[in-house]
Amino acid sequence: MSKIVFKVGDDISTDVIYPGRFMATVLPTETPQFAFADYTEFNTQLKNKAFPPNSIILGGANFGCGSSREQAASTLKGHELIIIAKGFSRIFIQNAINLGLRTIICPEIEGELNDEIEIKDNKLTNKRTKKTYDIVPLPKARQAIVDAGGLIEYTRRRVLEKHAR
Amino acid sequence: MGMTIVQKILARASGKKSVDIGDVLEPRVDIAMSHENGALVINQFNEIYQGTGIPAKVWDPSRIVIILDHRVPAETSKTATNQKKIREFIAAQGIPNFHDIRGDEGGICHQILPENGYIRPGYVVVGTDSHTTSHGALGAFSFGIGATEMASVWSLGTALNVEVPGTIKVDVSGRFPRKVGAKDLILHLIGMISAEGANFKVIEFHGKTISKMTTSGRLVLCNMSVEAGATSGIVPADEETVRYLREVAGVKGKIDIVTPDSSARYDEVIEIDVSKLTPQVACPHTVDNVKSVKEIEGVKLNQIVIGSCTNGRLDDLETAAKIVKGHKIAKNIRMLIFPATWRIYREALKKGILTTLVDAGAVIINPGCGCCLGVHQGALGDGEVALATTNRNFKGRMGNPKGEVYLCSPATAAASALTGVITDPTKGE
Ligand code: SF4
Repeated sequence: MSKIVFKVGDDISTDVIYPGRFMATVLPTETPQFAFADYTEFNTQLKNKAFPPNSIILGGANFGCGSSREQAASTLKGHELIIIAKGFSRIFIQNAINLGLRTIICPEIEGELNDEIEIKDNKLTNKRTKKTYDIVPLPKARQAIVDAGGLIEYTRRRVLEKHAR
Repeated sequence: MGMTIVQKILARASGKKSVDIGDVLEPRVDIAMSHENGALVINQFNEIYQGTGIPAKVWDPSRIVIILDHRVPAETSKTATNQKKIREFIAAQGIPNFHDIRGDEGGICHQILPENGYIRPGYVVVGTDSHTTSHGALGAFSFGIGATEMASVWSLGTALNVEVPGTIKVDVSGRFPRKVGAKDLILHLIGMISAEGANFKVIEFHGKTISKMTTSGRLVLCNMSVEAGATSGIVPADEETVRYLREVAGVKGKIDIVTPDSSARYDEVIEIDVSKLTPQVACPHTVDNVKSVKEIEGVKLNQIVIGSCTNGRLDDLETAAKIVKGHKIAKNIRMLIFPATWRIYREALKKGILTTLVDAGAVIINPGCGCCLGVHQGALGDGEVALATTNRNFKGRMGNPKGEVYLCSPATAAASALTGVITDPTKGE
């Protein structure tokens, strides 16, 4: 069971998730401090570790639109959040998968702050409203990377294979 | 069934006769571009090789292009150190295509690539920047990827798990009214189909208006295709593409042209007649919040920005100079100009364009991303409003979440600089 700890609307851009002025900070170990930096209260809660791992950000359509900055995914991964949204932008979801940030596409999802969500077998259930929603499975292309534990590991295996030949 | 241009390019790059929409491929990459975020790519690249006992060497140094443009000259010691790391890596790997912070060869990545002949029709181009879509203007399939994905490209020379995208065909006809152009067209299209209207798809531009359009205009269309969510924008290469590659980019040798089949299947066909198009503007805080300039004339401005990879080319600066020539910009307005590359800067200097702009009160910033992404060189104060020829107006984009950014064409920006409020440049035409 996971709780919705932050809720945002449609078209949340990477400029909102990780403002451009912090872009000189690149390492995944350092980016978490600037997650949603302009939402001071949420940012402070994250920094103070107010939420347990697998807490949920609920997004609308087109979550992560805008720039290709990978910091937008690594900053959320650093807090071990799960992002559930009605839809994601292409580059954001690819970055998320590459880095192992959990993203769930659920076009019908409805929920409010503090709702408990159960994630089970391609379905989401909102415990408060008792409604169940379908998860859109990842394209098989992406699933292979998730299964390998992220793109670094996936590519490392490929490099080793190539080298062995 | 025929193939779209992207199907054809991907089939070729994957060694296949034909491919279907949705097929998962691993195409070889012709050009892999990075800028300052190369620092993160280097980190991830080294990580891939960690513990393998295999030396970390890029697959083909000649296919990697690195440009320093986002924060130049460095605004902090942190950025400077990242840039230093990149230079060291380039030297160690023997990467020949490097554009440092220099007046003879520097500039914004998305103008450096076409201008220097790195892009050819039919290429697969990846870049660690979302506006890598720009290079579709020369008939390449060009798209943005994240840093870790680039590290993977540097290792393997292929883009992993590319799904063949569906395509939206945009057919453009009619002649632009005076002072209306490519930027107004793409803003209009984004407003029409929304910021996610082309998500995971390619936008292929066709029609008489596109045939007549210069490569500069086509770069504007493909640059901003990503603002409708598109994986890439693309203009099938034609005579104009060849002219640009020969005359501007200095390309010698054979130019191979890839065109879509006439029986290609499109997800959607959108027809636009530009003969009645009016100047358009994207209002805060989303790029698809598009209105006609007429509807919002009079909005008070603090900063005008002309430049960026979208509209920082010679024709853009020339348009602006013509409008402000012999006049002064309004009181309490800052007008910032950042040419896309130093080559454009030098040409504008020779033609007297920069002098005209400075005489009117503009400030010329060195080529680079300038204030486009809100790091330095022109942040907004609380409550301030900017009108810019850049491509994004998200909250915080110009360095301050309490500022507002409107997007428009160079003509609208220049006309508004004279009045200090959003102004229709076609008034009195
Ligand atoms: S000018 Fe702006 S949009 Fe273009 S590459 Fe630079 S930051 Fe990105």
